[in-house]
Amino acid sequence: MRRTAAVPAAVVVAGALLVSCGSGESQEVTADGTPVLNWYINPDSGGQQEIARRCTEANQGRFALNVQILPNNPQGQREQLVRRLVAGDSSVDIMSLDPPFIPEFSEAGFFAPMPPEVQEAVSEGVLDGALAGATYADELVTVPFWANTQLLWYRQSVAEEAGLDMSEPVTWDQVIDAAEATGTTVGVQGRAAESMTVWVNALVVSQGGDVLANPEAPADEIQVDLDSPEGQQAAAIMQRIADAGVGGPQLSTADEDASAALFESDSGGFMVNWPYVWARGQTLVEQGSLDQSVLDDYGWTLYPRVDAETEPATPYGGINLGIGAFTDDPDLAYEAAQCIASVENQTYYFASNGNPPSNAAAFDDESLLEDYPMAPTIQESTQLAAPRPQTPFYDVVSTGIQRTWRPETADPGSTPAVSTELITEVLRGEALL
Amino acid sequence: MSATRPTTSGSSRAGADATGDGRDAVDPRPSGEQERRARRAGGKPPLTDRARGERNLGLLLVAPAFLVMIGVVAYPMLLAAYDSLFSYRLTAPDQRSFVGLQNYITILSDPLWWRAFATTGYITVITVAVELVLGFALAMVMHKAITTLRPVLRTAILIPYAIITVVSAFAWFYAFDLNSGFVNQWLPFVGDDFNWFAERSSSLVVIMLSEIWKTTPFISLLLLAGLAQVPEDLQEAARVDGATFWERLRKVTLPNMKAAIMVALLFRTLDAVRIFDNVFIMTAGTNGTETLAFLAYRQTIQRQEVGLGSAISVLLFLLVVLIAVLFVKVFKVDLSRQRGE
Repeated sequence: MRRTAAVPAAVVVAGALLVSCGSGESQEVTADGTPVLNWYINPDSGGQQEIARRCTEANQGRFALNVQILPNNPQGQREQLVRRLVAGDSSVDIMSLDPPFIPEFSEAGFFAPMPPEVQEAVSEGVLDGALAGATYADELVTVPFWANTQLLWYRQSVAEEAGLDMSEPVTWDQVIDAAEATGTTVGVQGRAAESMTVWVNALVVSQGGDVLANPEAPADEIQVDLDSPEGQQAAAIMQRIADAGVGGPQLSTADEDASAALFESDSGGFMVNWPYVWARGQTLVEQGSLDQSVLDDYGWTLYPRVDAETEPATPYGGINLGIGAFTDDPDLAYEAAQCIASVENQTYYFASNGNPPSNAAAFDDESLLEDYPMAPTIQESTQLAAPRPQTPFYDVVSTGIQRTWRPETADPGSTPAVSTELITEVLRGEALL
Repeated sequence: MSATRPTTSGSSRAGADATGDGRDAVDPRPSGEQERRARRAGGKPPLTDRARGERNLGLLLVAPAFLVMIGVVAYPMLLAAYDSLFSYRLTAPDQRSFVGLQNYITILSDPLWWRAFATTGYITVITVAVELVLGFALAMVMHKAITTLRPVLRTAILIPYAIITVVSAFAWFYAFDLNSGFVNQWLPFVGDDFNWFAERSSSLVVIMLSEIWKTTPFISLLLLAGLAQVPEDLQEAARVDGATFWERLRKVTLPNMKAAIMVALLFRTLDAVRIFDNVFIMTAGTNGTETLAFLAYRQTIQRQEVGLGSAISVLLFLLVVLIAVLFVKVFKVDLSRQRGE
């Protein structure tokens, strides 16, 4: 059979190069000419979107806030923001930032300098812990927005059975003893993740120690202070939880949700966790998977002490607002950030999304107590909160801790030393992480 | 039919270049006799004008694709090799400094690299071995299945391969996870609160199971193609000689599909060496489950240590090249999947 040869005469190579019209970039504007400010946010239940809407409405056409959603976990949020900022992306006007990344961003020059009058305005009435977390090298570099803190959650019935007076400060030892005596559990986050750094830092700083002696020093001069009596005591507490078997079966892989699930189960006794567990419990009751009586049994107090005489340094989290260094209009962005973090919006955000304010005045709203009866404890806890090591190399320190601390193998004799050696070597560029 | 084309026995390879020398299907060869003489003399056969013209056209046609490949493969690879000579953190661009081969020394003298190397090797050897056996059994089933059942069977077996790796990793993770999992209730030999992801060995078991489940169809499909190439007349002859099933398998089937088996092994080994998704989803590299690809990801993306991360990527690239060369040279894998004669 013969076929007619229908061979294409030529192959056309369309070298369609996409050339960006990069020159003469101008700020984004809405249809009616209002400048658009992009606010990169961590995903939440819609509260930040609503705040953006309110601020856009309130400023009478001076700017419009446009919300851009970042990845779900803080690490992913950091990665995306770093990539954009390294490339000098001017679309990053305002960023919702997890506090531990602030030193790194600040050191890398990713923030537009904050005018003194803004510094003064946004630090007024801010709780000590939240202010410390928004500051780097003695300078306020971000706007405190909301402040998270961990509390000690307990079942009132269990504490009573164990004869533990929760109106007085309690120590880790007392909590572990009580759980052991009552056959219940202590929910902690033993997973090799950011939560491990939160825990180790809280245990060490609660004794007046420090993870790093000089967090702001260059990488090869940073002195890791974990191999100290405070570090050893921290390892001893972790070891006790594992040895006593009160951490539950998921101890070494437990994140915040797993701890909450353990606390909600029949064996629940105590737990250290962020305030979101309260809203979580209410949702479960509504869905019918948790008994109302369990939620009624919830009690809360300040994070446990290591040493009975010393106040705890409670874990600090939350979100601060950073203004991108390459934004077209930093003044406008700072104005928008001040609106976002206003006392009124902080109160709204707490009431609607359960994210606690960083400003003391935002706690004054009496109606908050109905939904969040633990608000005064949160306020007190935020006042005591201690940030994680404020170093541009936070990532190295945190990953180093995550790799070396594990409840099952925690040993006061070796864990702090191994951890110190690893972090030091990595900081000096002599080891992988 | 041209005299240079050897006939093929039973398989549908008409028009293919049976000498396996990688020439184009457009066969510009001069007469067979001339070529054979030239080969015996150890030189290349002289090209006719037509052959030369066709070769030049071929080069022209291939040029755009070649340029694109340079752009998307060679350029990033060379850039990574260049970056690997620097101490360079993305968030501290001012502190970028030339360190020569220091990154490679740091990596190769670090136990973390060797542990990731061992983990990757362990996962590769076990999964590929299990997949080869399982895949072969499935290929046999598909090959022998009655004609009406064959399409359904092939589709059913292929389903896991059609699922995105991240999705299958999540599915396996949730099945074994203590909070959401159901596997512990199914298995009589583990306790209800056995935490699969708490230890290296049990985590690796789940990671490898999901990998095996996901990619066995791929290997069985390649082996099925190999099975189809085994000449039926050889089988027939062996059967007439009174060979049992196992004898035929060992002496006829397997030797005749050696090329297919080697290609399947090569592809799956290269695939397994780059394992990432399962580890990322299930353990995030904790408890000693970190693989080489995950290590590279962590240094480059998470820690933004571009220099160190690039060095690991280059080492991983060299490892992949080494495996490919080993297979092609040592085991004489013919990637065009032709039999010798």
